[in-house]
Amino acid sequence: MENAIHVENLTKSFGSFKAVDSISFEVEKGEIFGFLGANGAGKTTAMRMLCGLSIPTSGKGTVAGFDIFSESEKIKQSIGYMSQKFSLYEDLTVSENLTLFAGIYGMKRAVIKEKSGIILKELDLWREKDSLVKSLPTGWKQKLSFSAAIFHNPKIVFLDEPTGGVDPMARRQFWEMIYKASENGITVFVTTHYLDESEYCNRVSIMVDGRIEALDTPKKLKEKYNADSMDTVFQKIAVKAQRGE
Amino acid sequence: MKVFGAFIIKEFNHIIRDKRTILILIVMPIVQIVLFGFALSVEISNVNVAVIAPTYNSNINRLIEKIDANEYFTVKIRLNNYKEADKLMKEGKIDAVVYFEKDFDESSIKDNTPDIGIIVDASNPNTASTENMLLSSIINDFVSSEMNKGNIHTTPMDINVRLLFNPRMESSYNFVPGVMGLILIIICTMMTSISIVREKERGTMEVLLTSPVKPISIILAKMVPYFTVSFVNLITTLLLAYFVLQVPMEGSLLSVISISVLYIFLALALGLLISTLVKTQVAAMLSSIMLLMIPVIMLSGMVFPIESMPKFLQYISNIVPAKWYIMAIKKLMIEGLSLSHIIKETVILFVMTTALISLSLIKFNNRLE
Repeated sequence: MENAIHVENLTKSFGSFKAVDSISFEVEKGEIFGFLGANGAGKTTAMRMLCGLSIPTSGKGTVAGFDIFSESEKIKQSIGYMSQKFSLYEDLTVSENLTLFAGIYGMKRAVIKEKSGIILKELDLWREKDSLVKSLPTGWKQKLSFSAAIFHNPKIVFLDEPTGGVDPMARRQFWEMIYKASENGITVFVTTHYLDESEYCNRVSIMVDGRIEALDTPKKLKEKYNADSMDTVFQKIAVKAQRGE
Repeated sequence: MKVFGAFIIKEFNHIIRDKRTILILIVMPIVQIVLFGFALSVEISNVNVAVIAPTYNSNINRLIEKIDANEYFTVKIRLNNYKEADKLMKEGKIDAVVYFEKDFDESSIKDNTPDIGIIVDASNPNTASTENMLLSSIINDFVSSEMNKGNIHTTPMDINVRLLFNPRMESSYNFVPGVMGLILIIICTMMTSISIVREKERGTMEVLLTSPVKPISIILAKMVPYFTVSFVNLITTLLLAYFVLQVPMEGSLLSVISISVLYIFLALALGLLISTLVKTQVAAMLSSIMLLMIPVIMLSGMVFPIESMPKFLQYISNIVPAKWYIMAIKKLMIEGLSLSHIIKETVILFVMTTALISLSLIKFNNRLE
């Protein structure tokens, strides 16, 4: 079975600066893959290349079976994306947001209507479907943003620091949603600042100065670095970093 | 196409739900036109007149009485030379001067060389033209009824009229094209750039860019609603100008609208360009104001005539698109010229629009990378 993401020696340079320096890894289908690294380590640049927003300088790779150099349009059709800002339109209503984002992926109006009904009821947001998004609490915006990102049933969903600024309770509920998506066969590629969250991932990679320094299951990483938490693992690896913030 | 439609609806929703902005967008042009129009009222009252004559004969004295009897005019002072009149006018003590170069008598009337003249302070062009009209008709009445008895010569005399301080009689009409040039730039350029940059700031642009939607359709969808709003503004401005300010609509309406649409496209392209250059809404707004509003007001000929600017500024004014638009609209609307007279302006605006669109699309695509 083919991998969801497969990259070899992927590099992105800006002039002489190598933001991403020859990284190679694979993400299996249905896996929850944690992508860690300090600020400036190259996480965002790497993720932008995988999402088809930026063309790599060298290396090769596929996302959802499509080539990242030549088939970025097809990649965009098969992925979902959620940014740390819970990018929803604040001045549109809950259902207008869902309709818009689903519409972008060419879903039929009737299908959108039916599916958003189910999702909003699951999220207990049905009564709020005609409220403006800006009136919702942060935790709900986050859930709604995630639902919008996986509404069109993408093969892979990219989550860029999806839990920033939310309380621990909401974070827990959010990870339950991620697990559920993963059970439904969606591959989850997630970056986070909260190292305790990385324990929930199937596998974790840690980037330092544009390179992947470690990649394994949280359990094996802790054994290898002789640490009792991912936090300590991260400290031990990130201490090698040369680049500043 | 369906996606494009969904985007246009979304953009309209953004505008409509922002009540304060939509109010400003719709009301601003109305307020500006009305303010400019009525601030320059044509109503005159208490016009102080000075008379200059080498000698005051009975004819002149009777004419002075006649002028003084008019409800609008008061003859303040009788002088013998221009110098004093000039000083008094500069001090604002008198508004108009009636002068007689030589004796004002039957013989000079017969030769039609009375050498009589009116000087008006035209710093307010509307009142100046009314004053001039009234004074001329009083003098002509006087000549034909009191001095020309039994004479067949009834054609009005030639009266020399000099309009001080504003010789070209720029009137409130000329503000209308200026206001149009300003409003369209503000709405299209500032609002488009702000609305694109807002998506960048809020992170929604990222989400759109990771989706299969083509970036160009995101941008085009943004332009449609602002184009619509501008068009509504254009129509309200024209209606107000015509019905409230009684600006003549000499040329063809279709030409006025066509050149305005071209100008709207130019402004939209400029907005797109600004949005690719700045990162925050505040920066977008400031650069729109600094780069556009001030040059439009100062250098487009809207307020200050371009001919009276220093050469250096005249050259700069050539790159202000509003200058060409305002010139074209003046020619079409007020002077009643046909499209063939604004070929130069149209070509310049067209070239500017094309250049701006290409430049901003190049910039836009580069930024994605």
